[in-house]
Amino acid sequence: MTAVATPPASEQIVEPQLGVGDAVRDYVDRVRGGDVGSLPAVLGLTALTIVFSVMRPDTFTNAFNFANLINQASAVIVIAMGLVFVLLLGEIDLSAGFTAGTSGAVMAIVVTRQDRPWPLAVLAGLVTGAVIGACIGLLVAKLGIPSFVVTLALFLGLQGVLLKLIGEGGTIPMRDETLLELNNGTLPVGLGWVLVVGVVLAYAAVSVRRAQTRRAGGLHADALSVVLGKVLVLAVLLAAATAYLSQERSRNPAVTSIKGMPVVIVLLLVLLVALNFVLGRTSFGRHVYAVGGNAEAARRSGINVQRIRLSCFVISSTMAAVAGLLLASRNNSISPTTGGAETLLYAVGAAVIGGTSLFGGKGKMLDAVLGGLVIAVIINGMGLLNQPSSVVFMVTGVVLLVAASVDALSRKRAAATGRV
Amino acid sequence: MSAPTADVPALLSLRGVNKSFGAVHVLQDVDFDAHAGQVTALVGDNGAGKSTLIKGIAGIYGFDHGGYVFDGEHVTVSNPKQANALGIEVVYQDLALCDNLDIVHNLFLGREVTKAGRLDEATMERRAKETLAGLSVRTVKSIRQQVASLSGGQRQTVAIARSVLWNSKVVILDEPTAALGVAQTEQVLKLVRRLADNGLAVVLISHNLNDVFEVADRISVLYLGRCVAQVVASDVTRNQVVELITSGRSGDLGLGAAAALAASPDTATDPTGPLNAVEAS
Ligand SMILES: Nc1ncnc2c1ncn2[C@@H]1O[C@H](COP(=O)(O)OP(=O)(O)OP(=O)(O)O)[C@@H](O)[C@H]1O
Ligand SMILES: [Mg+2]
Repeated sequence: MTAVATPPASEQIVEPQLGVGDAVRDYVDRVRGGDVGSLPAVLGLTALTIVFSVMRPDTFTNAFNFANLINQASAVIVIAMGLVFVLLLGEIDLSAGFTAGTSGAVMAIVVTRQDRPWPLAVLAGLVTGAVIGACIGLLVAKLGIPSFVVTLALFLGLQGVLLKLIGEGGTIPMRDETLLELNNGTLPVGLGWVLVVGVVLAYAAVSVRRAQTRRAGGLHADALSVVLGKVLVLAVLLAAATAYLSQERSRNPAVTSIKGMPVVIVLLLVLLVALNFVLGRTSFGRHVYAVGGNAEAARRSGINVQRIRLSCFVISSTMAAVAGLLLASRNNSISPTTGGAETLLYAVGAAVIGGTSLFGGKGKMLDAVLGGLVIAVIINGMGLLNQPSSVVFMVTGVVLLVAASVDALSRKRAAATGRV
Repeated sequence: MSAPTADVPALLSLRGVNKSFGAVHVLQDVDFDAHAGQVTALVGDNGAGKSTLIKGIAGIYGFDHGGYVFDGEHVTVSNPKQANALGIEVVYQDLALCDNLDIVHNLFLGREVTKAGRLDEATMERRAKETLAGLSVRTVKSIRQQVASLSGGQRQTVAIARSVLWNSKVVILDEPTAALGVAQTEQVLKLVRRLADNGLAVVLISHNLNDVFEVADRISVLYLGRCVAQVVASDVTRNQVVELITSGRSGDLGLGAAAALAASPDTATDPTGPLNAVEAS
């Protein structure tokens, strides 16, 4: 910037400080312009919850079912979180489901058959996932094979690997107490509350500080009212969920007591915050969006596009390995169908329903969580309505199509109004 | 327009560079100079090799052989980072912007400012504002706008601003006004002139001779992959330039000498031959 003189302040583009009204107006403008983000998922989640609550007031809305739903959804959500990275590039990973199964099998073998400590098993599983991701990434980034084909081949191949690993027995049991606790256990009620308060305070501190630094630098910043409004909404939502989960939900409290937040929520929260940070606040994340938006522009900006592609596939498969752990924990075992059947499709659906674009360049971590919850609510609610699998599949398929249509339509609308 | 002084040494000089794509010999013994504080127009018909030449300068791909002299030193530039490190920035014909990112993100793409591993959005936004204001850009509503929502001229402005955000010494613009209307073209040309007046060596590729004569201090003409003339803009007429572009020669300018040289391989290897002939005229 030596060549360009710093101008008088009066010539700079002035951005006004905005209040709640402006923030709302801005959001409505964005949605009108086709940038719908997670809105369809939030609306869908609300609508589905109301419908199922009305139709099955006793079973759907009870705390037992609510906790159950989170445990059921966790694996799909975690796979979807990893897929967001790949989808942001405009690529796909069809093998993520069986990557979960294979990595889960490796963990179960290490911990059950070889009787080694669980951290070693988890490490082995994660490394398995990362290696699978590196293979996909190398084939896609270096050789230029379309990811659809590479991961389709791995979808088949890993199914075979899983069968081979499991061998004659048909299943590998998972017997480690700690690992079983992960997707079955609950946190003590008090600890759950401490966690929620901590999360809300941390969020408030980060938001307020960000607004302050920006204002100090003379830049546009959300007004304090907007920041506090967001914190309040988060606090109310989390507190309501926690209060609900803190109720006694055992069918027979005299024998066993079940109450408190599912342990897996902590894992989901950690992954959400960490990956959100990576995508939104680091150069790497910025480069992922850039490659998805315009790979050639990214390359000319000096971004190592191949490295970004490779890393995203490694992240996706490693997250699938985490999901494998959650599946093994939930089912107490790994079977030849773990991570198979509809697991992957639900995960892709979750990301897309949440608002991640199949065309690349657009999406957030929260999309995976919201979309995953939508899918879990459909499956869970339809189950309680005693609908057969045939209907559940058909309804889920329609919901996915609707989500993809919203994606395509909002993209068209965005092109027409000059947003992407 | 500042009067160019002929004896200023060139900041960037190419001597006898060649580039082939397979059997196609796209650049043949091209000489090219760009001077600090001046706008050098690079003209030539479609397919003459202009874009290829600047991609070589920018390190998108290396030249097959030939000399690359920057600020008096022989350098090797084989990737964009090396060119950037020298202070060479290119605004490409097909705009290299990411539509899904906003103006600030695009300005800093690939060279984000970070603090303790985190993107320093506040600093980037502040510097983006200063740069745009320094270029007297007042047409964008908000620098947090997505690039997709900008007009052609605004996008071009962002692309140009991107090139001066760094300690750049040479800015190369490949047809920056090709898709623009009259008013926006005028704006971009003013911006181009301002860059040179701020001391940068500016290389402007354009098919529009009005634009060229409006802002350029020097004109280089490529014809079928050969540099047929490097002249001071005020020394030539439009017609002469048109002839050079279309037939490679105009009176005593251009291919006359070069073609004769090409006929005898011994002298063809001395690239300064035809150039001296031109500049003496
Ligand atoms: N990657 C490539 N592979 C093969 N040939 C190429 C490649 N890039 C350019 N060429 C050829 O090199 C020649 C010069 O192309 P170049 O793009 O440099 O022309 P130009 O002067 O920029 O033309 P325009 O004014 O149309 O932009 C053309 O004949 C083109 O077909
Ligand atoms: Mg060109």
